[in-house]
Amino acid sequence: MELQPDDLKRLAGLARIAVTDAEVAALRTQLNGIFGLIDELQAVDTAGIEPLSHPLDIVRPMSQRLREDRVTELDNRSANLANAPAQENGLFLVPKVLD
Amino acid sequence: MNYSRASLKSLRGALDAKQVSAAELAEYFLAKAERALSLNTYLHVDRGLTLLQAKEADERIARGEAGPLTGIPIAHKDIFVTKGWRSTAGSRILADYISPFDATVVEKLHYGAGMVCLGKLNCDEFAMGSSNENSAFGPVRNPWNAQKIPGGSSGASAAVVAAGLAPAATGTDTGGSLRQPAAMCGVTAIKPTYGSVSRYGMIAFASSLDQGGPMAKSAEDCAYLLDAMSGFDERDSTSMPAGESVLARFSTACAPEASTGKPLQGVRIGIPREFFGEGLSADVANAVEAAVKEFEKLGAVRVDISLPRTRLSIPAYYVIAPAEASSNLSRFDGVRYGHRAKDYRDLTDMIERTRAEGFGAEVKRRIFTGAYVLSHGYYDAYYLQAQRVRRLIGQDFQDAFKSCDFIMGPVAPTTAWDIGAKSSDPVAMYLEDIFTLGVSLAGLPGMSVPCGFGDSNMPVGLQIIGNYFDEGRMLAAAHQYQQVTDWHRRAPEAFQ
Repeated sequence: MELQPDDLKRLAGLARIAVTDAEVAALRTQLNGIFGLIDELQAVDTAGIEPLSHPLDIVRPMSQRLREDRVTELDNRSANLANAPAQENGLFLVPKVLD
Repeated sequence: MNYSRASLKSLRGALDAKQVSAAELAEYFLAKAERALSLNTYLHVDRGLTLLQAKEADERIARGEAGPLTGIPIAHKDIFVTKGWRSTAGSRILADYISPFDATVVEKLHYGAGMVCLGKLNCDEFAMGSSNENSAFGPVRNPWNAQKIPGGSSGASAAVVAAGLAPAATGTDTGGSLRQPAAMCGVTAIKPTYGSVSRYGMIAFASSLDQGGPMAKSAEDCAYLLDAMSGFDERDSTSMPAGESVLARFSTACAPEASTGKPLQGVRIGIPREFFGEGLSADVANAVEAAVKEFEKLGAVRVDISLPRTRLSIPAYYVIAPAEASSNLSRFDGVRYGHRAKDYRDLTDMIERTRAEGFGAEVKRRIFTGAYVLSHGYYDAYYLQAQRVRRLIGQDFQDAFKSCDFIMGPVAPTTAWDIGAKSSDPVAMYLEDIFTLGVSLAGLPGMSVPCGFGDSNMPVGLQIIGNYFDEGRMLAAAHQYQQVTDWHRRAPEAFQ
């Protein structure tokens, strides 16, 4: 599977990363190299094999641990806002999205 | 005493005997780091914060409440968030980030163990890389040869220990990022079983693979450190319940030391034939072979084993890790924290420019790869297929452990290469990870132990792989090896 320039622009949109036309060419070569490598997986017979998402599932069935539904966070609003690039009145500021 | 070369046990002795204070030790290592700026290891040092922790440690020692690590300095890979020091993940997007909380590992080592933080260590951006050239803050240099890479992604963690700029360091390992730099800088490191060390406050790369662990000069030092770092943490949803402590298991496993001269009598070492084929450079092969012979002298027996899907660990990893990374890194949007682009038209444009400016080339490649393999129509063919292959790789290890106690082989196919030699070819760099990725995919514990020197006098690491939660015994086996060899005591000439 070979990525075309349009595929790359679509990917850039999905990834929310702006790319210039100059970058598209270089990225396309590199990503096609990477896809050449990962395409090796296609030849493996995995019929009847369950996908593994938690590594220890190999030796014991793992289930997602859930905690009790209660408030665990203290009010850290000012500390959490301190790193925001733009904030006002305890709120994160973003460019206008509605007219 | 040369503090730079001292074991943690002897530093403990010196602190208890009042030969040195925690504050003096901290000053000693800060001054040493100050004289080694050309290695580019520390991203943030704050003498005041360090000395404050040292003062607390000295008070604790004076009260007679010192544990084995109280007052001993440590430096943290800049993937662990710290309240006082900046936490950048080696990325421009987090260049000025100050965390409102400490990572569990940082908290345990400071408040629990009483260790003194020396500062934050350079690494590949978001821990993505095998050479430490992907840091937004410049490459780290190998103390054995400044023209060489230190390995990655925990490159500075390995470099500070090798250069004696810190007695110990934390690191993280997603596909080999503790083991490979440890090998290339000639220090000892262990990546424990997935779930042993809390991921809370470890800036996420690939959550089903990421594990923290220690780097130090010996297996014994690593046993103390891992013991203090690991344990169940409610705040990490994949944290595993703690069994018997690492240190207790280490001590039990070390017990035969005194008796026969054959402390590893009957221990079966599996040698995977796939680790010794084409692509392994001769100097590494020779050093690893000599190390295995040394283990045989200690009583261990060699067993021929096979890990038939070793090569497939590369494509499986380079699907799963980028997929998880693209998802984890979607949080960097220039809204809540981190860099925000200056000029933009609207919200989407702001996010796209912020990420374009904030992320480096390798991180972008992995986000693109991840976005692709997770996208509609490809999820099954790539992501689920990689997870199926992941299960097969894990099962191969379990089959192998039916006939052996540990698996040994090289950590990396070569010693450290020249800075810049592979930075333009991502695939060439990925192929270098072939011996470490399987262990990560299987979630198994893996170590790197210094076992000699290759061409141009660069260190070689022996990889020791154990079964799940067998860290104590692995560390003990490595400790026995370090009792009869001195590779781990060698220091680069410029940093004696």
